[in-house]
Amino acid sequence: MSATTAIATPTAAAAAVPKAQFDWRPLALLVGLMGLALPAIGTPSTWLTLTVAGLAMGLIIFVIASGLTLVFGLMDVLNFGHGVFIALGAFMATTVMGGMTGWAGESTALQLTSVFTAMVVAMVVAGAVGWAFERVIVRPVYGLHLKQILITMGGMIVGEEIIKVIWGPQQIALPLPSSLTGSWLLGEASIEKYRVMAAGIGLLVFAALAFTLNRTKVGLLIRAGVQDREMVESLGYRIRRLFVGVFVAGSALAGLGGVMWGLYQQNVTPQIGGQVNVLIFIVIIIGGLGSTLGCFVGALLVGLMANYTGFLAPKVALFSNIGLMVAILLWRPQGLYPVTNR
Amino acid sequence: MSQNLLELTGVHTHIGAYHILHGVDFVVPEGEVTMLLGRNGAGKTTTLRTIMGLWQASAGDLRFKGRSLKGQATPDIATQGIAYVPESMGIFTDLTVKENMVLAARAARNASELDTQRLEWIFGLFPALKKFWLYPAGKLSGGQKQMLAVARAICEPRALILIDEPSKGLAPSIINNLIAAFKELKRQKTTILLVEQNFMMAKALGDWVAVMDNGRVVHRGAMAELAEDEAMQQRLLGLSLGTHQ
Amino acid sequence: MLNRLLSHDLPRSRWLAIALLLIVIGLAVAPFAFPGSKSLNVAAKMLVFILLVASYDLLLGYTGIVSFAHTMFFGIGAYGVAVASTRMGEGWPALAVGVAGALLISLALSLVIGLFSLRVKAIFYAMITLAVASAFQTLASQLSDITGGEDGLSFKNPTLFSPSFEPFENVVLGITIDGRIFSYYALFFVVLGLFLVLLRIVNSPFGRVLQAIRENDFRAEAIGFRTVVFRTLSNVLSALFACAAGALLALWLRYTGPDTTLSFEIMLDILLIVVIGGMGTMYGAVVGAVLFVLAQNYLQDLLKIGATALEGVPVLAQFVSPDRWLLWLGVLFVLSVYHFPTGVVGRLRALALSHKP
Repeated sequence: MSATTAIATPTAAAAAVPKAQFDWRPLALLVGLMGLALPAIGTPSTWLTLTVAGLAMGLIIFVIASGLTLVFGLMDVLNFGHGVFIALGAFMATTVMGGMTGWAGESTALQLTSVFTAMVVAMVVAGAVGWAFERVIVRPVYGLHLKQILITMGGMIVGEEIIKVIWGPQQIALPLPSSLTGSWLLGEASIEKYRVMAAGIGLLVFAALAFTLNRTKVGLLIRAGVQDREMVESLGYRIRRLFVGVFVAGSALAGLGGVMWGLYQQNVTPQIGGQVNVLIFIVIIIGGLGSTLGCFVGALLVGLMANYTGFLAPKVALFSNIGLMVAILLWRPQGLYPVTNR
Repeated sequence: MSQNLLELTGVHTHIGAYHILHGVDFVVPEGEVTMLLGRNGAGKTTTLRTIMGLWQASAGDLRFKGRSLKGQATPDIATQGIAYVPESMGIFTDLTVKENMVLAARAARNASELDTQRLEWIFGLFPALKKFWLYPAGKLSGGQKQMLAVARAICEPRALILIDEPSKGLAPSIINNLIAAFKELKRQKTTILLVEQNFMMAKALGDWVAVMDNGRVVHRGAMAELAEDEAMQQRLLGLSLGTHQ
Repeated sequence: MLNRLLSHDLPRSRWLAIALLLIVIGLAVAPFAFPGSKSLNVAAKMLVFILLVASYDLLLGYTGIVSFAHTMFFGIGAYGVAVASTRMGEGWPALAVGVAGALLISLALSLVIGLFSLRVKAIFYAMITLAVASAFQTLASQLSDITGGEDGLSFKNPTLFSPSFEPFENVVLGITIDGRIFSYYALFFVVLGLFLVLLRIVNSPFGRVLQAIRENDFRAEAIGFRTVVFRTLSNVLSALFACAAGALLALWLRYTGPDTTLSFEIMLDILLIVVIGGMGTMYGAVVGAVLFVLAQNYLQDLLKIGATALEGVPVLAQFVSPDRWLLWLGVLFVLSVYHFPTGVVGRLRALALSHKP
């Protein structure tokens, strides 16, 4: 009879049935890593600096990788050319910020505006190119993994060369505006301002993704589609259209990540795409292909690892990530948060 | 005399190099339950999938409400009013029961927009769904998953429901539960095309029957007629009433 | 006789047979027919790439595995010879130790990678090999004590292959015979021999199982073949041949560095050649490598012409700049994957079939 009341959470009878246990173990791994690092590094202040740097780097990688993992989980497409959007974003930033340095001057507000403008422009351009990339390169090879790998790789070569045509083949500096350089002192620890901002943006992206995936119908469709594409179509949803949207969003995020990465390194090269490519592949394998939370935890682990080993044992630094990947795959062969596919 | 909601004429389906359906002809009258029977491998699931557009018919025609379904994409076929409960149930195991239902209700953007009355009616048919509302669907038992799969198909009114072997692997008590639910749907004049190997269930529910063998329909008629004739059952299905459940 | 030599894997197309014959003859007489060090370098590069790509075809074309670690084994072979010659002093013992050591390391590494990764999905495997190859490349640059770092290692060959070795006083057939000529023919015969071995492998029962796995690994497993074992074996064989190619390259250049063998560009070149030549044909590697090396050397000249024609036009000029030849190769690559999936060899064979009554 209560036609207008919303379905409330079922009562006592259902309360006896617990909700699914949240798998906290990967998070524990993350915290554990941070904890283990402290005695290894020795001084708390250095530990803090490195941890913040690691988290910031991890969050930037997350921003870049999140699109890739969703695209793979949803449509089974592995885009080896994802790096091209990173490079595009980074180079757009050099153009935009380079053009705006004069206008921004010394004012913090204007400088921040130039940074955010660069980010928005990079996202729009990367998204647009992503749309074209999906139409021309990816669409003809749905379901054919071998061809996908080859073609997207080809797409990346062509993209990288076109970037060289437009911006030239050499390295371009991307300096941080004056208000973002320098660090804050927390006791004895120096914490770089930019890293905090990057971490903030990364967390915002994570929050936005989490919200979209968990609280909107579109997110519901994506999560269901990752599991069983056919069933979603049988329920009446044109999931292929959704896919284009996810691909564009993923490319835009990669563009944003490119800007952030470029500012982190303070310079940009056309090879930036290829370099970060390897890192993001490691991250999405660790996280579990198709899992956003896995990607998040994986990225943070990789970022922290890179910074901790960079300080403790620089020669081992590159292998630390591969070692991490091997260790995690031995524990969970499908990644930290495996997505159960049909 | 009811209209034919769905009409298949000379439907052929190829999956890759394999020719599975060799000219399927039958009709599904509106407001009644049609059973699609036959041995394993006869082509029943392929027929349902062809109707849903998951596999495209290579020849012949499929008409729903008079309009041809041939060449249409699955989402478009679904939005014309056809619900599909596949053999594998198609439950989204990482999503909760609630989220599965919200997805199935095309008009609802979130749980609060679900039709409460209809939902109460579904809970009446399948109480377990109310109990496990916030539970991830993957943790449900086989029978409960089947109930969820059927619940999804009926959470909004649909013109035609296609169901593929719902009783497979289920305990008799759950099967009775399902039969009761389908009988309730029948009372509401929902048109159902049901594939079943369980002849007892078929007999209890079916108004009409089409029997398939080797990719063709070899017998069409009223269920009552087939239920009486043991010899015909033996011939068509290779079994008699008594031996199968 | 020819049939048995080619393990019953004939060209099956008149044009292909002609092309192959021309290539073999051309490479055989290159020092005499195309004198000069540039052309000899081109010929040697063709030989090395034929072996390198044919070994990759075994993995990709016949077994259906995408791996980005091929250049790593190429590098191991090259560095093996380089490091041994530098450490032990040049000569035959160093060469032997270098090659043997490199083969052993390649065997071990490919075994480990194969057994570990081939249990996971193919996509995982591709990504893991990418990561491993990348790490190896950095390692080679960093362990500068052993590998010479970014600068690489220069070394001398055994006397027979050394350029200053001139056993004949007089000019023979128009050129002076020196160590370079001997090393060229060493390359030629080793590549020829190993290529025939590869043909034998892919046409053997083992090769057929690989192809079965490529088509439908689930079914192959169901029939009773332990696909992991076969895949790993294919991985190992492919690595060993690549390693051999690397050793040959080092012998020829008398130098090894990170960019002669380990760079990602080389991996892309391999992919390009195998796709354009024709995957799963072996002969595709031959035709593709020859076409590619020719293009690489002379395409740039072509682009230069275009560049001078478009001089002054802002962005367009950059598109035809000879430095951007990879752009056009990339476009060709993408087009080939779509429209030319069977490559040159496949096309030629299809043409031959269509002409049959």
